[in-house]
Amino acid sequence: MIRNLPQSKRYSLGFKIYIILFFVFLFAPLAITCVLAFNDSMFPALPWKGFTLDWFTGTSIERTGIFHDQINLDSIWVSFKVAFFVSIFSTIVGTMGAFLFEQEEFRFKQVLFFLMLAPLVIPGVILGISILLLSNTLGLFFEQTFGIDIALFRPGFWLVVLGQFSFITTIVTLIVSARLKKFDRTLEEAAMNLGATRFETIIHITLRYLKPAIIGGLAVSFLMSFENFNTTLFLVSSQATLPINLYLQVRDGSTPVINAISVLLITGTSILAVINLYFTKSED
Amino acid sequence: MKQQNIRWGLVIFITPMLLWLLLLIVLPQLDMLFMAVRAENDLGEMGFSLINFKTFFFEPIYWRTFARTATFAIFVTFLTFVITLPVAFYITKVVSPKFQGFLAVLILMPFWVSELVRVYGWMILLRESGFINHFLVKFHILDKPVEMLYNDATMIMGLVYTSMLFMLVPLLSVLESLDNSLIEAAYDLGANMWTILIKIIIPHSMPGIVSGSIVVFMLTLGNYLTPNLMGGKNGLWFTEQIYNQFIASFNWNQGSAFGFLLLILSSVIIWVGLKLSKQKLGQVMQ
Repeated sequence: MIRNLPQSKRYSLGFKIYIILFFVFLFAPLAITCVLAFNDSMFPALPWKGFTLDWFTGTSIERTGIFHDQINLDSIWVSFKVAFFVSIFSTIVGTMGAFLFEQEEFRFKQVLFFLMLAPLVIPGVILGISILLLSNTLGLFFEQTFGIDIALFRPGFWLVVLGQFSFITTIVTLIVSARLKKFDRTLEEAAMNLGATRFETIIHITLRYLKPAIIGGLAVSFLMSFENFNTTLFLVSSQATLPINLYLQVRDGSTPVINAISVLLITGTSILAVINLYFTKSED
Repeated sequence: MKQQNIRWGLVIFITPMLLWLLLLIVLPQLDMLFMAVRAENDLGEMGFSLINFKTFFFEPIYWRTFARTATFAIFVTFLTFVITLPVAFYITKVVSPKFQGFLAVLILMPFWVSELVRVYGWMILLRESGFINHFLVKFHILDKPVEMLYNDATMIMGLVYTSMLFMLVPLLSVLESLDNSLIEAAYDLGANMWTILIKIIIPHSMPGIVSGSIVVFMLTLGNYLTPNLMGGKNGLWFTEQIYNQFIASFNWNQGSAFGFLLLILSSVIIWVGLKLSKQKLGQVMQ
């Protein structure tokens, strides 16, 4: 049953096998993707034809490695820029949201709280199309009324940022709120009694306490933005982000370059995840 | 003086919230509803019309895809729960505390990786020239490779794989808070495993089960990538219909109507789920 109760051999063995199978199921696709990135073959498939780094560093026409593949490099750069802005914006607004819901009292607080949770229950595709529709309506309105064409309202970089921001902010708000809930407010009162303004108190006392949650929020929002597909799909222009660009390539057949990109992504996200874990653990 | 300071803080904190929720959530949804109830009349003028909803109910392909998507999403949610509950239980209650933290981190790792990479990994494993077929043929279990992609079973497996994280995290946290002595007491009083599961573990885990189910259901319903890449030609998913209306047919009014219906569907099913399990959204999501 549980670890401090006696258990039959069959039960514990069966449980162990199930867990092992689960981990195989969990890691098999990622492991195979990584291994085949180093296979010396034109297709990401077996048989194994020997080890090569061509799909990373190759420069020939048939074998352009990822480090020389301009289209994929561009899309990685676009994703970086999007994720940078999304994580900054949603962390700032999400932290303010945490303060609002944890420390302020106002009418209709419950209503606003439910509205803040709404992006979690709206499918990402719907968020994408509804923001596309509104920006299109606004764009038409400004063009017909004032005769000005505003680039922000057309699908493109900033619309992708806004679309991802619209639901990632909810997640950051929840992450920061969870830590702010545990904060001892007498510390703030003490600071204010000693003459600090509310602004100074927040900077020196509360934000310092919230630091692990804010770093966690930044990391989570960066990753979620970097990988987002469903919402982004409707808002991109010709400047595709990495997931959109990979999707187009996977749909139309595949080369080991996609495996090479996957290896980079897996390594990158693992490093970011470990850093995030280290920060949350060490400051608790 | 202090009173005024607090109000000033409220204004600063509430402004970005209101701007965000109004401009990016409320207004877009209203605009989508507005688009959905408009269509061209016989003279080619735009006006109020329910024709887009009529099309949905009178074209079997649309409402059948809709019903199919809903049933599959419920099934995927249930399957995800059944698969992850023993794993969460094992990590929190069975394995020795030495490995607990390590296993919990290890299990969350793959989910940090992009959904696209994970789906691509499955495609490499399962397709006709894939990894599994290679070994099945090599060891003479099969005479020639079979296509394992592009059917409903594979698509369901892909959807479960994609959304397991969002069930695991809340289950790990509710099981963490379950007092071991409750299970011990039941065991001492002669309860068997099933009784303990039904009477103690599941009732205690209810908030986690409900929040996990809501997120998994919503993500599955709104998923485009996995059904599109792993499902077959007959594996239609409702988000693909929406995409087609917007991007291929360029019929934004019809697409809006579909989008609105999907939103209603997800809200209704989540509402029913909350009612049945007697949970509240505000508590479940924290």
